[in-house]
Amino acid sequence: MKTMNVSLVGVGGQGILLTSDILAKTATLAGLDVKKSEIHGMAQRGGSVISQVRFGEKVYSPIITDGTSDLLVSFERLEALRWRHLLAPGGQVLINDMNMTPVTVSSGLQPAVTDLDERLKAEYPTARYIDALKIAKTVGNTRAMNMVVAGALSTLTPFEPAVWVQAMRERIPAKLLDMNLRAFEAGRAAIQA
Amino acid sequence: MSQKMLLSANEAVAWAACKAGCAVASAYPGTPSTEILENVAKFKETINCEWAVNEKVAMEVAIGASIAGARALTAMKHVGLNVAMDPLMTYTYVGANGGLVIVSADDPGMHSSQNEQDSRNLVKFARAALFEPADSQETFDMVIAAFELSEKYQVPAFIRLTTRTSHTSTVVDVGDDFGPGKVERKPYVKDIRRNIPVPMFARPQRLKAQERTEALRAYACVTPFNRIEAGDQRLGIITAGVTYEYVKEIFPEFRILKLGFSNPFPSELVRQFAESVDRVLVIEELDPFMEEQVRALGIQVVEHTTELNMLEMNPLRLTALRKELLGDVDVPNVHRADAGLPTRPPVLCAGCSHRGVFFTLAKLGATVTGDIGCYTLGAFPPLNAMDTTICMGACIGNAFGMEKAGMKGRLCAVIGDSTFFHSGMTGILNVLYNGGKITTVVLDNRITGMTGHQENPGSGKTLTGDVAPVTDIAEVAKAMGFKRVVRVDAYDLVALERVLKEELDADEPSVVIAYGPCRLAAKLMNAGTYEVDSAKCKACGACFKLGCPAIERGEAVADGKRFKSHIDPVQCSGCDLCRQTCKFGAISKIR
Repeated sequence: MKTMNVSLVGVGGQGILLTSDILAKTATLAGLDVKKSEIHGMAQRGGSVISQVRFGEKVYSPIITDGTSDLLVSFERLEALRWRHLLAPGGQVLINDMNMTPVTVSSGLQPAVTDLDERLKAEYPTARYIDALKIAKTVGNTRAMNMVVAGALSTLTPFEPAVWVQAMRERIPAKLLDMNLRAFEAGRAAIQA
Repeated sequence: MSQKMLLSANEAVAWAACKAGCAVASAYPGTPSTEILENVAKFKETINCEWAVNEKVAMEVAIGASIAGARALTAMKHVGLNVAMDPLMTYTYVGANGGLVIVSADDPGMHSSQNEQDSRNLVKFARAALFEPADSQETFDMVIAAFELSEKYQVPAFIRLTTRTSHTSTVVDVGDDFGPGKVERKPYVKDIRRNIPVPMFARPQRLKAQERTEALRAYACVTPFNRIEAGDQRLGIITAGVTYEYVKEIFPEFRILKLGFSNPFPSELVRQFAESVDRVLVIEELDPFMEEQVRALGIQVVEHTTELNMLEMNPLRLTALRKELLGDVDVPNVHRADAGLPTRPPVLCAGCSHRGVFFTLAKLGATVTGDIGCYTLGAFPPLNAMDTTICMGACIGNAFGMEKAGMKGRLCAVIGDSTFFHSGMTGILNVLYNGGKITTVVLDNRITGMTGHQENPGSGKTLTGDVAPVTDIAEVAKAMGFKRVVRVDAYDLVALERVLKEELDADEPSVVIAYGPCRLAAKLMNAGTYEVDSAKCKACGACFKLGCPAIERGEAVADGKRFKSHIDPVQCSGCDLCRQTCKFGAISKIR
C-alpha cells in the first residue's frame, strides 16, 4: 500500500497521544512499517498538540510534510484550522465538535474567532463531525472521549475493528479496557450512522 | 523468531542498555532525553539507575562505574552536555574501562530548549566516538555496538539523538533472545598512571588518545553503520541521523553515503565515495559538521543557497533544495487557514504554586532574573514578571552581576527546587561569600516539573520509587551562613508581599523558600472550585492579572471596555489566589 499519513491535533490533555499510540500499534499489528512522531515538553502545558502517524510498506520520514496528510483528525474545532496546511488535496477530515477557548482569548489578550463555523465550512466542506464528549458521557466516562474519536477514526483507516481492539487491549490497563472499548464502539457507530 | 515492538529512540536506548549488560545509569532530566532513564528504570533489577542532581554528577557517576569496570550509561539533553563536559574532557584521556555510553539528545528547532547547539562539535572536541541513529532500530543496534566499541577502544561513545528520533516511535526488533546481557566485567586495577592524569601522566595519555582517534577512523571506514546505497551516480549525497530519512523521500534515486558513525570522520570512505560520483552534496541537520570535514579533504561540495544549517530539518526544506539544484520539482504552495487565529501558548496550570510569587514580584516592581523550568512562563503576559533566563542555575549569578554593575532597584533571582539542587547552591554561596545583597526565591514545588514530574532531592523519592532523605532548602542556606532565610506559603499573597518586600529591601543577602507542591504531581487539580458572584464583581480586573487559565472574561460592563470575571469550574483547582486578589469579596469557594 501507499504510505498513509494521519495527523492528530488538538489541545494538551485531550488524550491525543494515547489515540496516536493505539493507531500506531494497530498499524504494527497489521504488519506495516510505522512511524509515530510527537512533540513533548514545553508544548504540553495546555498548548496545542500534534502527533503524526505514518504507515505503509516502508516509511522513511517521521514528519508529515505540509500538504500531504491523508487524514486530519482534530480533537478541537479551532485547532482544525490551525493545522489546515498539513492536509493533502482530497484528504479526509474528522473534527471533534468541541470548543476549548485558548487562555489568550479568555483572558482578553487576543480576540476570539467569531466566524469559526463559516471558516470551518469553507475550509472543510466534506469534514465529518463527531460530538465525542457527549458520546463519552453516554458510555459512562468523559475521559474516554479520545477513544470515541478513535472509533470514528478507525472507520477511515484500512484496518479491521478487531485489530484496533487488539491494540487497545495491549495498550490500555485492564480495569479501564471495557469502558474504553464501549467508547470506541460508540464512536464507530456514531460516524457510520 | 523475532520480537518486534514500537519503541521511541529513548525507549530503545533503555532496551539496548539492558541487552548490552549495562550495570549503572545516571542522568538528569531534560527534554527530549528524559524518557531514557524513566525506561531504564524498568530494568532496575539489572541496571542500578538514578536521577543525579545534575549532568556533571551524572557523568561522574557513569565514569566512576566505568573505571570500576562496569558498563555505564549517562543521558542528557544537549545543553546538559555543556554541564557534563568537564569530567568528560579528562576521562577521554584516561579512557573507558567498562564501556561508557553517553546519550546526548539535541533539539533542532528548539521545541523545548533555549538554544539548538549541535552536540556533534562537542563530541569531536572530546575526541569521543559518535553514533548518529536515524530511527529506533538503529538506536537499539548502535547502543549495543557503542558499549562494545567503548570497551574495545577505551573510548567514551556517544549516541546523538534529536527530538525527532527521541520522540518518534518506530518498529524495533529486540531479538528473540532479549534479556539482560551477561558481560564479563573489566577488572579494576589500581593504576595511577592511567587514572590520575597529573601532567607527567596526562601527556602520554594525550598521545594515546590521538592514536585511538586514528584507529577509530579506520573502524569508521569499515563499520556496517556507514554504508553506501546504490543509485544514480550523477549526484552523491552524504547524510547522517534522521536526515537520512528525509533524503530517502526527496532524493530517492541518488547514490547515498549514510553515516551512522560520524566521528572520527571516515575520511578514506568519503574519498572513495566522492570518486564514485559526479558531484558530492552534504545534507545534515544543524551545523556543517560533516560538510566542513569533507571540504577539508579537498573534495568539492555542491554549493547552494537553500538554508539548511539552522532549525529543524524536514522534507519540505529538502524539496526546496531539490528545486534549486535539479529544478524538477515544485515546492508545494501550501494552503494555510490559521490567519488571525488566537495562539494557544503553554501556560502555568490553574492553581500553579509559582503564580502568586510572580504576581507579587510584578506588583513590587522587581527586576527578576529567571531560570529553566515551568516558571519561565512567568515572563509572559499578564504576569510579565521575569527579565532574563540564560541556563540552569544562572539566575543567581545573573542577579548578583546586575547588583555588582550598579543596577538600581529590587533585584531578585527566581529558581525552582530541582534547578536549585542542580546548580543554584554554588550560586547563592557565591552571593554570600562576596557580600551580595540580592534575594533568591526558590519556588519549592518538590518536583522536577517541566520535564514531566521527576523526583529530586527535595521530593523524598528516587528514580526507582525508593524512599530518599528530603533535603530542606532553608537548612541548606542556613548551613552556608545566610542570616536571612524565610519560608513562605506560596498561596498566601499577604505573606508573600510582606516577606518579599522585606527581603528585597534588606541590606543583606536573603533566601526565600516559597513552598507549594506542584498541583499536577500532587494530584490537586480537583482540590476545589471557586466561583464569581457576578452581582458583587466590579470588573476591576485584579484577578485577571494572575493569568490563571481558569479565570475567563465574563459579561462586559456598561463602558464596554471592562469585563466581569468568570471561573471555569472544570479548570479551577481551588488554589484560592483569585479570592485573595478580590477587594469586593466577589469570589468564594463553592467546593
